[in-house]
Amino acid sequence: MITDAAPIVTARIGKPQSWTLRSYLDNGGYDGLRKALTMDPADIGQEVLTANLLGRGGAGFEAGKKWGMLRQAEPKYLVINGDESEPCTFKDHMLMEEDPHQIIEGTLICAYAIGATQAFIYVRGEFALGLERMSAALNEAYSFGAVGRNILGSGFSIDVVIHPGAGAYICGEETALIESLEGKRGYPRDKPPWFPAAMGLYKAPTIVNNVETMSNLPWIVLNGGQAFADLGIGRSAGTRLFSLSGHVERPANYEVEMAKTTFRDLIYDPKLGGGIRGDKQLKAFVPGGVSAPWFGPDQVDMALDQDAVGKAGSMLGSGSVVVMDDTTCMVRAAWRITRFFHRESCGQCTPCREGGGWLDKIMRRIELGQGREVDLDLLLDVCDNIAPGLGWPPQKTTICVLGPSIPSSIVSGIKMFRDEFLVHIKDGRCPFDRKAELSGRVEEALRPAGGAGSASALSSSGPPSMEGAFGAACGQRPMHGEDHELG
Amino acid sequence: MARLTAENVQRARQLIGLYPQTRSALIPILHIAQEQDGWLTPDGMAHVADLLDLDPAEVYGTASFYDMFFTHRVGRHVVSVCTNLACLINGADELLEHAEARLGVAPGGTTADGEFTLEEVECIAFCGAAPCLTVNWRFFGNIGNDDFDRLVEDLADGRLADDVPPHGTLNRVRRQVGLMAGAPVAPGHDDDAKPPQASAT
Repeated sequence: MITDAAPIVTARIGKPQSWTLRSYLDNGGYDGLRKALTMDPADIGQEVLTANLLGRGGAGFEAGKKWGMLRQAEPKYLVINGDESEPCTFKDHMLMEEDPHQIIEGTLICAYAIGATQAFIYVRGEFALGLERMSAALNEAYSFGAVGRNILGSGFSIDVVIHPGAGAYICGEETALIESLEGKRGYPRDKPPWFPAAMGLYKAPTIVNNVETMSNLPWIVLNGGQAFADLGIGRSAGTRLFSLSGHVERPANYEVEMAKTTFRDLIYDPKLGGGIRGDKQLKAFVPGGVSAPWFGPDQVDMALDQDAVGKAGSMLGSGSVVVMDDTTCMVRAAWRITRFFHRESCGQCTPCREGGGWLDKIMRRIELGQGREVDLDLLLDVCDNIAPGLGWPPQKTTICVLGPSIPSSIVSGIKMFRDEFLVHIKDGRCPFDRKAELSGRVEEALRPAGGAGSASALSSSGPPSMEGAFGAACGQRPMHGEDHELG
Repeated sequence: MARLTAENVQRARQLIGLYPQTRSALIPILHIAQEQDGWLTPDGMAHVADLLDLDPAEVYGTASFYDMFFTHRVGRHVVSVCTNLACLINGADELLEHAEARLGVAPGGTTADGEFTLEEVECIAFCGAAPCLTVNWRFFGNIGNDDFDRLVEDLADGRLADDVPPHGTLNRVRRQVGLMAGAPVAPGHDDDAKPPQASAT
């Protein structure tokens, strides 16, 4: 059911000019900061611990606990992660465009609580309007005296800098984001020793928190951690913003009370998703970003509860739910997700860099009607090399979790829709995709990408062996980035 | 073109002043260089390297890691069609195919008049309006074939010039103050120090 919990982070969205200081102040803006600045910083940390506020970026780590792990040394930095790039997640994008002052206020509360020297808000580069709204809001906040020197007369001073990214999924990973903020390629760092709380930006102790996490802080300070913890159940406290997309009547961001709301509510309630479009049936859904293993219709009554979803072998992750109806080709869906990870791999670790490419290539030939039955075992074997045991959460063979996330969609696909994979292989074509055949897209997609030198790219008659995949050009449709990725 | 103009050098220096370490300003300054020329020219990157006291190879090696930076000339309008999952299952492949036919170029290609570059991109976080695209990173959602044609005509005729600046221009709002926090202030102290009004981007 939908509970009557009032929205927290979306309370102002929809109000006229919600992104301006005027509108923000008219609706209680900066009251949380004013109150926080009269409190002992340690007490704010305690309120956030009491609130059970789990990080809203994807990993779901307790925000209060993270702050408590900060190594006590000067300088200390606060970095806000607004690099939202997990496919089908679009909540932080909305928060940055529609309520930037709330993020700035939360950032200042956090900076005060942890005693930060300087704060940086890393905004995904592609969010041009988000960057403009965040920058305008920061200018307003400086003029208002809420940022900078002697904030609101409290004696507390801190500067905030809006930092644009430049297009790289991996920079949402906190250590890659720090590298990027240092002006480098977004290569994740090894943990240990590079736990940001101990050794982060410029090797200084650093807290990296998500935009939505920050957006909750003004409310928590004003209403108390217990009021937040009273919403939801147990560790899944408060409300949370879910990005609902795919084959639903009303795809959008919805803020609902955690744990008391189910996937069924989110997808079918007339005030939320409004059900599957047309007269179609639910085939499967992604419960928390494309890194997450899929759920089927039998799991639709599960609560939006971090631990329950974890126990069922997936995750709430970044809070994005993608609904796929019975017209969806699951091979194509899994292939598209695999291709994404392959393209976005930073290239540091072999299992991710090479394994992702092999999986992309095998998935591609199955979807395009060139697969073999042994390909299913081959897929699972490669997946097992990237994430041994194929469990969830996955075992790591790489520096960060991008690599071990690659198998999710393929393993889900084969587990739930093995017959559909087999039909592709037996019929030598995708049963869903007549248009592609008609338009000649299949032939084009089969053409090797690199011209000369890529003759070893997937050949329709080649053996399904590792050798065929090694060192071959990817053979996929050319896409932005590939032609200059390696100079 | 190519080397940064005097005004942009000034903007770059102000950006450098916002960070504890100089190199942190690299990506924001590359955005300025791309705004100036529409893409990152070799001379532009070499100039950025000078400003940051970096080897040009470091600048190029960083720029080429990021999808938004172009190290070759692109059109005045870069049309980026998302084909990731939510868009895929809402007809993105068909939209991309239509875009190819309408513009007469494959993804990665630029029209002969230099007006449009088409590219296929990963999720741009606008999935509530799938299928979607951006033009110079300005978002357009629920795009059918007719919508696409109209959009292209409006762009070509300059009807969207206010909403969609030329390629490379990312953030049109400039930072109005430099760093102000400085030394700690005693609580209750009436701190009259006026903020420096230098404008940094």
